[in-house]
Amino acid sequence: MQRVEDPTLLRGLARFADDLPTPPHACHAAFLRSPIAHGEIRAMDTATAEAMPGVLAVITGVEMQAHSMSFITGVKVDAPQYALAIDRVRYVGEPVAMVLAQDRYLAEDALDAIVVDYQPLTPVIDPVVAAGAAALILHPGAGSNVLHDRTFRYGDPAAAFASAAHTVEATYRYPRNSCTPIECFCVIADFDPGSESFEIMANFQGPYTLHTIMARALRVPGNRLRLKTPPHSGGSYGVKQAVFPYVVALGVAARIAGRPVKWLEDRLEHLTAATSSTNRVTTLKAALDEGGRILALDYDQLEDCGAFLRAPEPATLYRMHGNMTGAYAIDNLAIHNRVVVTNKTPTGLMRGFGGPQIYFPLERLLDKAAANLGLDPLELRRRNLVPAEAMPHRTAPGALLDSGDYARSVDRAVQEGGLAELKACRDAARAEGRLFGIGYAVVVEPSISNMGYITTLLSPEQRARAGPKNGALATATVAFDPSGAISVAVSSVPQGQGHRTVLAQVVADVFGMDPLEVAVFTEHDTGKDPWTIASGNYSSRFAGAVAGATHTAALRLRERLTLIAAADLNVPPEQVRYGDGRIFAQGNPDNSLPLGRSAAKAHWSPLSIPEGAGAGLRETAFWNMPELAEPDEGDRINSSGAYGFIFDFCGVEVDPDTFAVRIDKYVTMHDAGRLLNPMLANGQIRGGFAQGLGAALLEELAYDPDGGFQTGTLADYLAPTVMEIPELTILHDQSPSPFTPLGAKGLGEGNCMSTPVCIANAVSDALGRELRTLPLTRSRLAELMLGEEPPSTLSSTDPVPGTLTKGGDGHALQGQGSTIVPASPDEVWSILLDEGKLAAVIPGCHVLSMTGENTYRADVTLGVGPVKGRFVATVGLRDLDPPHALRLIGSAAGPLGTSQGEGLVSLFETPEGTRVEYSYTVRISGKVAAVGGRMIDGAARALINQFFKRLVSQSGGARAEEVDGAATTLLARLLSWLGLAK
Amino acid sequence: MKPAAFDYARPDNLDEALALLADRGAGARICAGGQSLGAMMNMRLATPDILIDIAGLQELKAIAIMDGVLEVGAAVTQDELWRWPELADRQPLLAQMLPWIGHYQTRQRGTVCGSLAHADPSSELPLALALLAGDVVLRSQRGRRVVGAGDFQTGMMATAVAADEMIVAARFPLAQPGSTSAFHEVAQRHGDFAIVAVAAVGNENGVRLGVGGVADVPGVIDLTWPVADTTLNDFAWALGGADDQHATARYRRQLVRRIGKRVIEEVSDALS
Repeated sequence: MQRVEDPTLLRGLARFADDLPTPPHACHAAFLRSPIAHGEIRAMDTATAEAMPGVLAVITGVEMQAHSMSFITGVKVDAPQYALAIDRVRYVGEPVAMVLAQDRYLAEDALDAIVVDYQPLTPVIDPVVAAGAAALILHPGAGSNVLHDRTFRYGDPAAAFASAAHTVEATYRYPRNSCTPIECFCVIADFDPGSESFEIMANFQGPYTLHTIMARALRVPGNRLRLKTPPHSGGSYGVKQAVFPYVVALGVAARIAGRPVKWLEDRLEHLTAATSSTNRVTTLKAALDEGGRILALDYDQLEDCGAFLRAPEPATLYRMHGNMTGAYAIDNLAIHNRVVVTNKTPTGLMRGFGGPQIYFPLERLLDKAAANLGLDPLELRRRNLVPAEAMPHRTAPGALLDSGDYARSVDRAVQEGGLAELKACRDAARAEGRLFGIGYAVVVEPSISNMGYITTLLSPEQRARAGPKNGALATATVAFDPSGAISVAVSSVPQGQGHRTVLAQVVADVFGMDPLEVAVFTEHDTGKDPWTIASGNYSSRFAGAVAGATHTAALRLRERLTLIAAADLNVPPEQVRYGDGRIFAQGNPDNSLPLGRSAAKAHWSPLSIPEGAGAGLRETAFWNMPELAEPDEGDRINSSGAYGFIFDFCGVEVDPDTFAVRIDKYVTMHDAGRLLNPMLANGQIRGGFAQGLGAALLEELAYDPDGGFQTGTLADYLAPTVMEIPELTILHDQSPSPFTPLGAKGLGEGNCMSTPVCIANAVSDALGRELRTLPLTRSRLAELMLGEEPPSTLSSTDPVPGTLTKGGDGHALQGQGSTIVPASPDEVWSILLDEGKLAAVIPGCHVLSMTGENTYRADVTLGVGPVKGRFVATVGLRDLDPPHALRLIGSAAGPLGTSQGEGLVSLFETPEGTRVEYSYTVRISGKVAAVGGRMIDGAARALINQFFKRLVSQSGGARAEEVDGAATTLLARLLSWLGLAK
Repeated sequence: MKPAAFDYARPDNLDEALALLADRGAGARICAGGQSLGAMMNMRLATPDILIDIAGLQELKAIAIMDGVLEVGAAVTQDELWRWPELADRQPLLAQMLPWIGHYQTRQRGTVCGSLAHADPSSELPLALALLAGDVVLRSQRGRRVVGAGDFQTGMMATAVAADEMIVAARFPLAQPGSTSAFHEVAQRHGDFAIVAVAAVGNENGVRLGVGGVADVPGVIDLTWPVADTTLNDFAWALGGADDQHATARYRRQLVRRIGKRVIEEVSDALS
């Protein structure tokens, strides 16, 4: 069956959030964001911005704090977060002010006029460093950067490790990445002062637990925050959960402005500051017996949630808690969980969330264990799979694995996927000296999150005080209208998956009608539509929970319709049958009515319908899973309602010159219970695979060690395109879940969990190297494989003056060089210490004024080619040793970003004049670092060169412009140094 | 991500464009396809006072051969040049390199001369111009001048084009009988900025090797047969390179050695 969504989408008729009408008096918001990772806001000058044409208001953190409350989280610590930074910034991109203006252009003009005085603080970037005693504390009230620390014991892991024949251990780092929806965040907020209530449209996706947090932050009861979602979505993959702080920001803005406010997030804002997967450092130990049976696992997990723990975090850490033993029967388990804050963007939901963070270490470690034991890695896995006869199987940490025959699924995949042929291919390739490897991954994919899993982080005593949280309440409404037509409304907030198609199918099946005649409504309004805290689109809950609730509602409605129809057909209710859009009598199809006729009767003649059928053919079903209890006193938690099974294997070849990874074959076997729509299921698997491939090979939200964000464009954050995604062999097994109404389980997230590690295992096999982090970029693999670099045979090891390296402390741009100035050291010295002459030497200097002894403030325009920005710079001359040496310190700040630098300048007398030797270190942060990382080294070098050219010119050499124009090109220099010029 | 306010002019002919340039000078920027400039303006990295849009100027749309040189007008898109029927015969290196520029969509608007003017260190067309020792034709109200590739690109995103000048055409020498060429590019994804791009043209006397993506400008070297590995190694070191989030300088140098060798071998194989 085709997707009912597609005719609208393919004809460009879909109404996404930004397409929805904006009230005519609405204004537009833009956010000023921190260019630095960590600092105190000493002062903010908004006067110029407020006076600009079209600007209605500038809202700062102080006002935000006055009009809202901080966001609550599941971990009770004193680390408050508001929609705007108050007195301290903690990540690049953190919103520090909002401008409201007549249009977005004017709002952005005004952003450039806001001056913020930051006092930089030491950035805390690496999670291990952040958790250490010496680290600067991000939230002083919390007393530590570790906001949560708990250990769990299931079985007797200590005894198992003590008695084990083999133990294996390694530390893995899962990086930050995202799922990058095409559509970014969009919010339109309005406030009615009469009823003190908010009406806000946002492309929010749930979970609706966050509605409570938003309403509280806006200081209204839940029924005064009417939150609506648009009819169509440009994708989410979990990411749109993170729009909620902006819902609050825009709500407050609408209240202050007294008119509706709209904000549409742009791509730079999105990549920099929307959200991220957690990065996690995991030290995993396994104890095994002689036969390769895993006796125990011991996880030490350090979860980096960025600058704030933002709800629903630390969900990523606890979502997998019940299935931390993977697809294996392992009786003993130790877990040490810590959550740390660092100066990075706060994290949140992401397709597969929590999965890749555990399966990357677990499935990598099993390869290592297999190597230690001399076992085939697949054989080791087989020996540990949960056996089919054990289903449903309660894992040590409490998951109730509902169904599956894991060994059968593996065997089928090996046969039908052609593992033997792939192995032959590998052997042949290796015989030719090629780098070919095979990888495996075995994964349990949870779906339908237990609303109580997050409370596993509390101690049993804390849980007892707070009261139980459990379940995964889903709701759906099915109704007949007076024309006899049927419609479905759900609170599943689909993000493109095809929920409407599946629900039409489910309801059509119940009533024996054409799915195209079922209308499905998925836009949602918390003011008018049924919903629960579990509503929304996350944790793969649709197929199991929402489709199930819809099925239940449809069945209840059919029971009532059957009573009406039985009377009309004059047969007992048990003889009423449905098919081809009609209702008929069993055994006598001629005795029939159109489906809608009986249905309409409930509206037109309610007095005529039989007793028990009830008036108004509308059914709202709430469906829950009794299996989803709160954590027990032993911290066991059935964290999800259903658990699918995935077995992947793949073959890869690595190019020995470029270290490009080519996927030769990729096979993925899924058992997600009963498949509701195979075409949609395969679409979900392909999409998850593409994102898993990206996580494996390409994608990282990268920070430099100073917290500068480096991947602010889609040319730097590398999501795979159709050119990079290979063909996929998809296989299905179907072991229906005994716990979901339709026997279905979620399957859209699984490859985000299995594919990263499957590819890593294959690459590791191809290269014969341990791989402990992702993504496996070509450069990273090259650095792993390349031996010592052959030195140049040329006399100079540094033939290009001013060569930059990221050396020393490993992150700042560093460079050095020398130039000859046609003047004596005394003359050069006098230029550097003369205010007027210095102004002429500094590139792009408009005004230079002395602010203290040997300290200057300058207005400069800096740039390379067409890229130019205005900066306020401070320059200080220190450690003066006339006329031999001095130290330059400086900083610059402007709309394009900030930089800090330091240089040493030494003067040596030579026959031609003075040889000026210089070395420098520059740190650059903000927009220009986020979008121009490729160019920054060259730009810094170009600016330094300009400085020295001007110095030459000030010293009586050629005029600066001439020096610029006659600059020897690198091309010519290379040829002459190599002695190879013609 | 909205550009700062700017004036927009769409002159009817080249003389009008040159008059605007003379009048507005350093604050003006020529826009042909806008595939790089547009993005830079949206991010306010570039904030020109006026955009002079030359995309519609018929007099700059010509692709012509004159005096053994392929001349490409400033309004010719990358895709138009690639589809020009004689390209593969007359200058096969360009035919090899053009599909590597950005994506199908960007090549419909991006122009050949615009890419040269932008002078991105990773770009294919500046590399082609340097390797083939082509020229750029500049015009201003002051007159016309022809600048050789070696003098044209002065640094990263920096060219010899003066504030009142604009590129009106690029000239690529035609392939010579008995010569052959090869091109290979390494990027993380198809269409990404090259980590390293390597091109070579050669004949029985020797081979000319060009590398983009490593130094601030394309590096070119003339070599005689046989080419020693140490020469490639020295060339790699001379180009230098810097670390960024996509690749280390060392990886870039390794690509110069290995991919450089690959393209040289391709040329040599084609000649033998």
